[in-house]
Amino acid sequence: MTESASTGTDFEPWNDPKAVPLIQFKNVTKRFGDFTAIDNLTLDIYAREFYALLGPSGCGKTTIMRMLAGFETATEGTISLSGQDMAPVPPNKRAINMMFQSYALFPHLNVWDNIAFGLKRSSMAKDQIAARVEEMLRLTQLEKFARRKPHQISGGQRQRVALARSLAKAPKLLLLDEPLGALDKKLRQETQFELVDIQEKTGTTFVIVTHDQEEAMTVASRVAVMDHGKVVQVDTPANIYEAPNSVYVADFIGDINIIEGYATPISDTMVSVDFAEGQPKIHTSCPTGLTAPQRISFAIRPEKLLISTEKPTESANILSGKVVDIAYLGNISTYHVKLASGQMIKAQSANTRRIRRRAITWEDDVWISFTDTAGMVLTT
Amino acid sequence: MKRFTLISVPYLWLIVLFLVPFLIVLKVSLSDAALAIPPYSPTLDLSQGWAGILVWLDGLDMENYWFLADDNLYWKAYLSSLKIAAISTFLTFLVAYPFAYGMARAADEWQPTLLMLVILPFWTSFLIRVYAWKAILSVEGFLNQFLLWTGAIHDPLIILNTNVAVYIGIVYTYLPFMILPIYAALEKMDASLLEAAEDLGCSRFSAFWLITFPLSRQGIIAGSFLVFIPAMGEFVIPALLGGSRTLMIGKVLWEEFFSNRDWPVASAVAVILLLILIIPIILFQRNEQKNREAQG
Ligand SMILES: Nc1ncnc2c1ncn2[C@@H]1O[C@H](COP(=O)(O)OP(=O)(O)OP(=O)(O)O)[C@@H](O)[C@H]1O
Ligand SMILES: [Mg+2]
Repeated sequence: MTESASTGTDFEPWNDPKAVPLIQFKNVTKRFGDFTAIDNLTLDIYAREFYALLGPSGCGKTTIMRMLAGFETATEGTISLSGQDMAPVPPNKRAINMMFQSYALFPHLNVWDNIAFGLKRSSMAKDQIAARVEEMLRLTQLEKFARRKPHQISGGQRQRVALARSLAKAPKLLLLDEPLGALDKKLRQETQFELVDIQEKTGTTFVIVTHDQEEAMTVASRVAVMDHGKVVQVDTPANIYEAPNSVYVADFIGDINIIEGYATPISDTMVSVDFAEGQPKIHTSCPTGLTAPQRISFAIRPEKLLISTEKPTESANILSGKVVDIAYLGNISTYHVKLASGQMIKAQSANTRRIRRRAITWEDDVWISFTDTAGMVLTT
Repeated sequence: MKRFTLISVPYLWLIVLFLVPFLIVLKVSLSDAALAIPPYSPTLDLSQGWAGILVWLDGLDMENYWFLADDNLYWKAYLSSLKIAAISTFLTFLVAYPFAYGMARAADEWQPTLLMLVILPFWTSFLIRVYAWKAILSVEGFLNQFLLWTGAIHDPLIILNTNVAVYIGIVYTYLPFMILPIYAALEKMDASLLEAAEDLGCSRFSAFWLITFPLSRQGIIAGSFLVFIPAMGEFVIPALLGGSRTLMIGKVLWEEFFSNRDWPVASAVAVILLLILIIPIILFQRNEQKNREAQG
């Protein structure tokens, strides 16, 4: 998890009660026929944010983007930009550019003309347009393909053209609908850095849709996790990861072990979780506290678990099990451990040794231990 | 072997249906008119063997072509046909484009019906439909009666037996040939392209000119050839709707064949017509080829 540049320097306008959001959705509902695509959505996006929308396919991410760009009107509620209601403003009068999920490149224009298209519609001088297009071509490493038509370049190159075209006008707000999905990992990371860089230079506000949560974590100032037209949680990447507000979010972001159990409060901030017959209770902190015993889900990330062949002498929680599977991921390995009571637990550890000399292997009896602050108690 | 058979089918088709008739016409155009059946000489007499072929070849000459070049009726007719075909192609385009555009923009469930309506006229005889236009356009026709009744005009318009009637006839007859390719081009256009154009600052109108229109260009070109090529040699429409002053090569051809019974001159007219049409036909093929390549 690299800290994003935007979050590095106390950039937290959402915590500042005086800050005025750039974009405001107020109780926005969007229906297609009797299907509700966006359900009573309220959210604020601040200037210079890099706002990531994350969620499963069909949850309404593109619909939000299209409402911002002006291609869909909200059935109910208002969307405002800099305090101004956007409903009457047509798409071509909005200082917003969108990169389409399907790219929507003009097939009869070459790469150069595609990128120049928006600039030519403005009052920019010819030589300035040319300079700007060249700059965009350099940025997206497309110089060699400037004279090709969209059907003569690869999928990833097309995606970069679409990105360059939407960036060219340096809009106040840039909407990127899965901008980097078709790029290989290296180019994707480079482009992510470029995006962050562009944002720092131009002060553009980005709203980005992505299926790649690592990407959301890397670039975003805040992440909104969506489910069926609703935003379930909006928070910084670190908080989304470390303090999800529901099982849904915890499960959606990253790998996690979810153990259902019955929690009993033992102090204001501590609970003990009874999750299976014959297993020791889990002692874990619960900062919000529980008022009464209740069913909960205990969630813990695989990398927070320590796996060992010898029983650890002191740890708040110690469980025993048998290794049933090992997923080797290069730098780390994930061990799938089956507890005597049947639960499967995933534990991750860094591969500090060469694979042949690995201490733990299939069918080994192992111990899993974790501190009392490593996991989370989720009630929803 | 199988591949060879597959490839040979269209070639066989071409030879039987185009090359052989063309060679026969070419041969007739090199003969002389005669009062005989068939009305030209020489005719090939194979019973005399090799000598017969030589006599036959000896009788062929370019005389009819020189005749066509001398008499300015013919090249005037060619020019006039070119002009009428070009103008009516353009008029057809003007009528067809909004039509095709409307069809492509109609709700999906309506499109098959609209397509059907465009093709429907082909189910009735072409001749009957052109005759119907006589009834509409004549001095006492429906159009004049209607206009007189509404008071828009006080004297009937004279449309029938003028070039205007010919234009109307051609536009009407060939409209589907223009609509269908333009519709096909517009229909496969991705609607998000227009959104992208708007997003980048275009008005609806300029988005049409910068995106929709250029993307339908291939359809317009294809449609124009499909109208221009047959309109050039059109005979029925000028004969039924045109007047004595409507000069079209198709009409001249018909008169040479059936009124003058001068098959050789008529064949020469036809051969030259074909030579003139070969240019647009080749251009049309090129366009289609480019189209296919562009779609990868
Ligand atoms: N024009 C439309 N008419 C009817 N339903 C629509 C329309 N556009 C979107 N929907 C529906 O709204 C829901 C949200 O669609 P949307 O495109 O916003 O999803 P998404 O989150 O972008 O998904 P993905 O990640 O697959 O791109 C989907 O269930 C979709 O079927
Ligand atoms: Mg989408």
